[in-house]
Amino acid sequence: MSGKTKAKRPGPGMRRRNLRRNTLPALAQAGPVSVWMIVFVTLPTLFIIYISFMSRGVFGDVVYEFSLESYQTLLDATYFKVILKSLRVAVFTTMACLVIGYPFAYYIARKPREQASRLIMLIMIPFWTNSLMRLNSWLLLFQTSGPVNNFLQWAGLTDSPITFIYTDGLVALGMVTNMLPFAVLPLYSTIEKLEKSLLEASSDLGASPAKTFMRITLPLTFPGIFSAIILTFIPALGIYTVSDILGGGKVLYIGNIIKNQFGQIRNWPLGAALSVLLLAITALLIFIYTRFAKLEDMEVV
Amino acid sequence: MAEAIVTLTDVEKSFGSNLVVQKMNLDIEAGEFLTLLGPSGCGKTTTLRMIAGFEDTSAGSIKVQGEPVEDKEPYQRDVNTVFQNYSLFPHMNVYDNVAYGLTIKKVPKDEIKTRVGKMLELVQLTGYEKRKPDALSGGQKQRVAIARALINNPKVLLLDEPLGALDLKLRKQMQLELKRLQKRLGITFVYVTHDQEEALTMSDRIAVMNGGVIDQLGSPKEIYDHPKTRFVASFIGESNIFDGTVQAVDGTLLTVETPAGLMQTRGEGFAVGEAMHISIRPEHLLAEKQPVPGFDLAGRVKDFTYLGTAVKTAIDLKDGTEAKFSRIEQDAECAEGDTVYVHWKPEKSVAIKKTAG
Ligand SMILES: Nc1ncnc2c1ncn2[C@@H]1O[C@H](COP(=O)(O)OP(=O)(O)O)[C@@H](O)[C@H]1O
Ligand SMILES: [Mg+2]
Repeated sequence: MSGKTKAKRPGPGMRRRNLRRNTLPALAQAGPVSVWMIVFVTLPTLFIIYISFMSRGVFGDVVYEFSLESYQTLLDATYFKVILKSLRVAVFTTMACLVIGYPFAYYIARKPREQASRLIMLIMIPFWTNSLMRLNSWLLLFQTSGPVNNFLQWAGLTDSPITFIYTDGLVALGMVTNMLPFAVLPLYSTIEKLEKSLLEASSDLGASPAKTFMRITLPLTFPGIFSAIILTFIPALGIYTVSDILGGGKVLYIGNIIKNQFGQIRNWPLGAALSVLLLAITALLIFIYTRFAKLEDMEVV
Repeated sequence: MAEAIVTLTDVEKSFGSNLVVQKMNLDIEAGEFLTLLGPSGCGKTTTLRMIAGFEDTSAGSIKVQGEPVEDKEPYQRDVNTVFQNYSLFPHMNVYDNVAYGLTIKKVPKDEIKTRVGKMLELVQLTGYEKRKPDALSGGQKQRVAIARALINNPKVLLLDEPLGALDLKLRKQMQLELKRLQKRLGITFVYVTHDQEEALTMSDRIAVMNGGVIDQLGSPKEIYDHPKTRFVASFIGESNIFDGTVQAVDGTLLTVETPAGLMQTRGEGFAVGEAMHISIRPEHLLAEKQPVPGFDLAGRVKDFTYLGTAVKTAIDLKDGTEAKFSRIEQDAECAEGDTVYVHWKPEKSVAIKKTAG
């Protein structure tokens, strides 16, 4: 193959002309996007990485002196625990979204198109409402004299009200409900593309429904599963509104700490270092994914 | 008579209020090549899917080797299907696709290897083991689909328009190959097609379907020479069909009045005044310069089409219908625009009873 192209090697002048002709349109196409990416993504990211290696001044200002202090702080038991806990919650949220989202997406995908789009709407409506409103309504529902507690007492399931609000449990519930659409949408779009005749072929060849699921459905919907993982895990790791409101400031995750470092506490280098940690985890996930599948197979709705 | 391997008894299928298959009775014999032939939408695929188990029957029963299969899921039935669109597993290579059925049954690995090897040899795909379906041509995909189904040694192989997506030349070649394969393996093939020529060349028996009903079941020759309904006569091969009423009966010789004119045919069980159809193949038409007794079919020769040695002509009859006419050699005495008198040997035409609908 390559031998053939080499055989017809053009003269130097010709090659230069080819080069000019081929790269210009490509550059022109990539140009605007690249500028946009550099200005709005690359530069801020580089700045964050840069800040994370600086030190904190006495008055909460950034002192432009190289230091690894922030990263050392991350290994500090208190922060390390929060990081681990955040990872745990993010993993839990992701798993829960997959376990709930997959059958749900499968169910929708097997409905006629018209019904399917109505069901998708049902998922999207809460997603479009203001998230603060949604989170506060969880508080109202679960507060001491709220409907849930009233019902439990009325049904005789408990004598005194149960404390739901400002607990890890309620935060987890908030996380899962918040992230579920991000899992369902990519799952739906891959499952929907799965040809029914492939499942029939598998059954025809002797595979029980369980075997068909393991050998055909699951592998063929893997791109959707991975997109769902990325789209739920990454926000779940960084989000702070859910724990802020449902945790009442008592439940702290990485997101809250980053927000606090950049906000009240004014330790930008530490906040930046935590952000870099999140970035690293994200990059790692995407790297793993690209090892498994081609990037264009990724379903991001 | 050979034993029936698949038996359909009064099988019906409706989707909502749409009755797609009606009261179907069919005995498929072991080792035969049976074709379900009919126009698009007549219920062929649905019939096949009921045998495979992808659709429930609305009424009636299906037996495979004498055993009712209604309660069996597709994966519990001893039949395999070659799907209309191949349906190869896109994430598996050719080897894994073909091995699928055996892998599911947990056949030992080295046995799978030899059987897949043999099967790929049979369909002439040795060396393609590592290819993904995406990297195969239509004909190759078809071969993989066939190998994947056959490796399970099914009692019956169901094929739904397997050659439909291939171009004409490849289709002709695959027709021969499939027929050869079927003879060699002795497996019962139930083959679905809407292509009557394909059905005639490949089948041991053909079931001609029309609107969810089997109009006629018989060998290609029976179906071609003795169509039982007007539909079969018009669907299989080229035919001139006249609708008329019996005017006179003389033994088996019937004289029939039609809008195009008087004509004769042979048939039993017809009464004077009965409405009926006559079908005559173009190759059996004769044309004379003089009127022929028993016939009154004057017409004008329209256009000639030369097809190598054969000549095709159309003749405009007096009621405006067109008679298709073909003969092996060009008739020098007959030219475009001539008035001729059409007739035929009565026994060459087929008298068809009028059926409801
Ligand atoms: N799943 C289904 N739901 C509703 N109608 C169907 C379904 N499958 C087939 N039909 C209808 O049944 C009739 C026969 O279809 P089919 O068996 O596929 O015909 P063929 O294979 O002979 O072309 C068609 O009118 C088709 O629209
Ligand atoms: Mg069909």
